[in-house]
Amino acid sequence: MSRIQHIVIVGAGQAGARAAQALRAADTDLQITLIGEETAPPYERPALSKAVLLGEASPDSALVETSTYWSTQRIDLRTGVRVEAIAPHEGYVQLADGSRLQGDQFLLTTGSRVRPLPCAPTPRAGVYYLRTLDDCARLSTEMQAGRSMVIIGGGFIGLEVASSACARGMQVSVLEREATLLARALPAALADQIAQLHRAKGVTLHTHAQVSSIEPTEDGLGVSAVRLTDGTRIAAEVVVIGIGIIPNTELAEAAGAQSADGVVVDAYGRTTVSGLWAAGDVTNHPNAVLGRRVRLESWQNAQNQAITVAQNMLLANPVAYAEVPWFWSDQHGVNIQVAGAWEPTAQTVWRGAPNAERALAFALVEGRVVCAVALNQGAEIRFAKKLIESKRVVSAEQLADPTLKLKELLAGPPSTSTH
Amino acid sequence: MAWQALADEAAIQEEEALGVQIGSHDIAICRLDGQIYAIHNICTHQYARLSDGYIEDGCIECPLHQGRFEIKTGAACGAPVSGTLRVYPVKVEEGKVWVELGD
Repeated sequence: MSRIQHIVIVGAGQAGARAAQALRAADTDLQITLIGEETAPPYERPALSKAVLLGEASPDSALVETSTYWSTQRIDLRTGVRVEAIAPHEGYVQLADGSRLQGDQFLLTTGSRVRPLPCAPTPRAGVYYLRTLDDCARLSTEMQAGRSMVIIGGGFIGLEVASSACARGMQVSVLEREATLLARALPAALADQIAQLHRAKGVTLHTHAQVSSIEPTEDGLGVSAVRLTDGTRIAAEVVVIGIGIIPNTELAEAAGAQSADGVVVDAYGRTTVSGLWAAGDVTNHPNAVLGRRVRLESWQNAQNQAITVAQNMLLANPVAYAEVPWFWSDQHGVNIQVAGAWEPTAQTVWRGAPNAERALAFALVEGRVVCAVALNQGAEIRFAKKLIESKRVVSAEQLADPTLKLKELLAGPPSTSTH
Repeated sequence: MAWQALADEAAIQEEEALGVQIGSHDIAICRLDGQIYAIHNICTHQYARLSDGYIEDGCIECPLHQGRFEIKTGAACGAPVSGTLRVYPVKVEEGKVWVELGD
């Protein structure tokens, strides 16, 4: 392989930005182009449902770097530019204006987009999705005390918006299709604690709620209610839809790359097409810790997978990306952290009695910790990650004993018992 | 307020932090390789006490979102945190940790 002189990154979100930085750090002479469809410079999304939505933090605080940073790093950031096609074999990307940009290697960090609700596929007056800084700014102006908000989708994004809307003094209802909130992400007892937390703050939760339509106001200029399939009508002045995201795989697929719930990459970030790499939300990648393929929608993955993959693009001997998946959520002042992936069939071990302010649960499979979930115990998650990574056999009794520090559990001799 | 005795040296284990609030100051007193350091205890990202966090590789990590700061310099070690935390002068005398608070 001749020396790589120019890498083109398609997608200027958090992953693309971190990849560009990693490339620059690895090679001072490399030509780096970072192309993004949105007009804003690269930013991180976590605060868009929390501090920025509430106006407690400025939109600029979400930027990965200040807007002048990219030129000082000689990273050619092109925002507001849509890429129409990638041709890795021919060595170019085609832009929306018809021009072609030559490159030696290509990295896809196209992320994901919101999953549309069939009866409200696009935003309209009073109906919002939350994904971008623009979405956040529009929704924020609607969030006024005393107004009613209905949130469709009781996942993390919906519950964070519920928390923010409560803080603004709105009357909030959350509609969840399943029997419980966060059923796939958390142990049932903990999901129940989160539900109780929301109820205690005045949020009305509707489970088994199937939306049939969003009803406009008589003048057609706003919304008046959300109608469920069982006929229930829930009054709403503002509707927020948060029912998941879809990876933006189309460019990769059109370039011939395999895609299956995300662009299929190996542990190094290589797609099935030579010269085309991918990182972040858009990828379906093997995770050595979990022992299976995953598509992750997290801040951690957007940053760290992107850095590893970018470095790999320049290395003769690439390095596998293999971290314990981790994410956080903040709701009503409670910090929720999850390390690993929750397995409903695993043995659940509680460390101390859980309540809505403080809880720590482990999922044990054959005596090994595969997941930990914490409410307001972030420091413990750090040790839990190490326990997961070590694949060390520990006993449920040891884990459950709050007088035994997790740090000591990591340092001690491996337990031989799986009971 | 100049120098203040804020903790017993023996109370601070290796790679652990003790949070001390005095006046308007909230300070994390940490031990690294036997040495005692004092650093501003509140994360630059969101309100959280670093002394409730985790110490590794010379950095203290915020328990909320795992932003990391170098204990010796106060420098942020990458996203989601930025900026530099105040580092306080420290001395240990007769088993007590003294910290110079300045104003």
